[in-house]
Amino acid sequence: MHIRFRILAAGTASLTMALVVVCWSLPAAHVAAAGQAAPHVIGSFNSGQARAAEDPATVAQGKTLYGISCQACHGADLRGGDMGGPNLLRSQAALSDQHGEMIIPIIQGARQAQGMPNIGLNNEDAVAVAVYLRSVIGTIGGQGTPPGKQKPLNIVVGDASRGSTYFAAHCSTCHSTTEDMKGIASRFPEPKTLQARWLAGGRATALDESATKATADVTTAPGQTVSGTLIHIDDFLVTLRMSDGTERSYRRDGAIPRVAVHDPLQKHRDMLPTYTDENVHDVTAYLVTLK
Amino acid sequence: MKIRHALPLASLLLLSAISFGQGGGVSPEDLLKPLAKSWPTYNGDYTGKRYSALTAVNRQTVKNLGLAWSSQLTPGDESLASSGSATHVPVNLTVGGEGPGNINIRSGSIKGSVLAVDGTLYVTMPDNAWALDARDGHQLWHYFWKTKGGTHIGNRGFGMWNGYLYMETPDDYLVSLDAKTGKERWHRMIANMEQGYFATPAPIVVGNHVLVGVGNDIDSPGFLQSYDAETGELQWKFYTVPMKKDDPGADTWASLDAARHGGAQTWISGAYDPATHLYIFSTGNPTPAYTTGTRGDKDNLFTCTLIALNVDTGKMAWYFQTSPHDMHDYDSAQTPVLFDGMFKGKMRKLVATAARNGYYFTVDRVTGERLVTSRYGLTTNWAKGLTPAGGPQHDPAKDATIAGSLASPNSSGTINWQPIAFSPVTGLLYTYETDSFSLVYLTDPDPRGSMGLGGKEEVQVGSVGSYLTAIDYKTGEARWRHRFYSSNIGGGGLLATAGGLVFTGDGSGNLAAYDAADGKALWNTRIGQISNAPQTFELDGHQYVICASGDTLWSFILH
Repeated sequence: MHIRFRILAAGTASLTMALVVVCWSLPAAHVAAAGQAAPHVIGSFNSGQARAAEDPATVAQGKTLYGISCQACHGADLRGGDMGGPNLLRSQAALSDQHGEMIIPIIQGARQAQGMPNIGLNNEDAVAVAVYLRSVIGTIGGQGTPPGKQKPLNIVVGDASRGSTYFAAHCSTCHSTTEDMKGIASRFPEPKTLQARWLAGGRATALDESATKATADVTTAPGQTVSGTLIHIDDFLVTLRMSDGTERSYRRDGAIPRVAVHDPLQKHRDMLPTYTDENVHDVTAYLVTLK
Repeated sequence: MKIRHALPLASLLLLSAISFGQGGGVSPEDLLKPLAKSWPTYNGDYTGKRYSALTAVNRQTVKNLGLAWSSQLTPGDESLASSGSATHVPVNLTVGGEGPGNINIRSGSIKGSVLAVDGTLYVTMPDNAWALDARDGHQLWHYFWKTKGGTHIGNRGFGMWNGYLYMETPDDYLVSLDAKTGKERWHRMIANMEQGYFATPAPIVVGNHVLVGVGNDIDSPGFLQSYDAETGELQWKFYTVPMKKDDPGADTWASLDAARHGGAQTWISGAYDPATHLYIFSTGNPTPAYTTGTRGDKDNLFTCTLIALNVDTGKMAWYFQTSPHDMHDYDSAQTPVLFDGMFKGKMRKLVATAARNGYYFTVDRVTGERLVTSRYGLTTNWAKGLTPAGGPQHDPAKDATIAGSLASPNSSGTINWQPIAFSPVTGLLYTYETDSFSLVYLTDPDPRGSMGLGGKEEVQVGSVGSYLTAIDYKTGEARWRHRFYSSNIGGGGLLATAGGLVFTGDGSGNLAAYDAADGKALWNTRIGQISNAPQTFELDGHQYVICASGDTLWSFILH
């Protein structure tokens, strides 16, 4: 699939050094699936494609017929069943059906050679089943995400005591469970949010912003060093915000002027390649105890 | 010299070796030549090297490169005149399309290649195309396609055959335009939008074949099709997954139904080798992307695979899978690069690709023999060792898990769709390398597997570094890395030149030029995030460098 995170990333790109891209919101698929209550349902798995709203009474009738004649093989959720019926939500025939023209012949035996029996529904009933299938297909989420809400799963599987040991060995040089990390699990009660937050770094408390903001020292000549909050840096330009709130930019040409960046979150990024998944889960299991 | 399109086709073919007037076309024979003064196909020439022989802009002179003009383009049917033009003359607008006319998805960004042919630039966005005067950027015509819908994520540009242009639309049409007027010749439906297909690639024209790929995220089979350049008739259709019981690769899926819904989309254009008649391209991810479910544990051919097809027959000559049994949506849809080079003391015909999964490959392009596999993503962690065929061996422990798996790179990859470049002078392949991490959660543990890209939640937790990386094709090792200050992929792709330069966006709002030998930053201009790969051409004795940021095309010359 095509790149999806560039929009998220682009808005943040200017704060390069200090910035860690963390998608705190729900994944793109869920965002794209929002707003389906509009009168004309939009099949959001293929954005912009208008799918006509189906008649609710026919949908209900089709659902009943589906339950009687189809569900055993194709599953209650249409995603395939124990008796080997394929997933109808990704069936090319079902996806492209407009008025029953693809689905009715199959219900009435057109694919017996491939193992699909003749269900024996008359045209009217088969149309109702087709309408029901289309109505469910219309609720498929962005990039083919299955319809319906997934039930939340417990992600806390690690060993809290091992996590405590890991924290003491690797995190306690900068963090303390009695200071900045105190009550972290109450501030981030959702374990998934907490897990991403401690990996990425960021403000754990309402403490001074300086705990997370990058600063830089720009030395234009021996003894002439200007320091400030880092607003922007690239190969050609560095911009600082001074203590009085004003900004100042410097053209960069290779090593001139000399720029030293101090980023309190750099350690978080440097540590990313060092974790095992067990480390990650253990630390999370420990941090969720810090209510 | 002006050529009227009323001339019969035969005359055009006869004249093709002679220079056209402005707005003239490009003959199939011209397309066989290495990239020189024009830019007549997606990658400049068929090799995918994106290496220009022009030298006026070079290490010494690049400091004098400055703006010639810029042109902001307004998609839709109500746009009037180019802001790059001094006068507000209504643009010659042609409206086509099968849609109702009330869907205007303003996804107006230039994310593809601009064709530069005979003093004219041909630019596309989804549903929109323009011809611009290459000397000042003013619009010659605008074509607008009324869409039926489909994923409007980008359009990679035109293909060209004589005086005709070819573009794909998000609602799955191949549209042919007259290059001089922007009038539509014909359009053909290339896929079914209702089945989730959408179309972004730039068609590649080889002989009278117009090669057309598609995208799809909802468990549909990928395919590549060839259309007749003159008539628009379908010549052949190659499925990238097994569609019948005995098709090659069928035994790498748990069932035929799984294979037929297995993905392997063809959403980035390939390269072409005239000597072997092989069109070489790479395919996208398997579906469902994040769950094994119905797919089974095997390789799932021909997803994430480098494929060589005979362009006349559409039959596969060889394949090499760069991401066997992908579980991270690491499409291998990257443009491969063709070059001849010394390898272990012998001159070889090679194809190279820097895949999105963090691995680099050098392959013999005649036989498909793998010569080099290397892990160029410094933090890439989803694989352990190599398969017997020499692809990365996917590590099931790094698949999406309920508790979260910390995987690198994230699903956007070390590089994504952006075209790479190769310099035959340095022997280096220039690519992006973004060493990012994501937590990948399995949210749908249904044993039947999920659908499409569903069943997972991905949370990006940071990037250790983002680089312009120069890879030695003989070893696959990085000769140097230039670190970007942005944590994101630098820009929309790369350009290498005989002037010893590599051009790209830097991810921090600059178009920049780097020394091709060592990656030293030499020049920049702050024009915003670069959304396509920089290109170069020569006109009136001047070397132009062009690139886009969003809806604006920028043109630079030496001052």
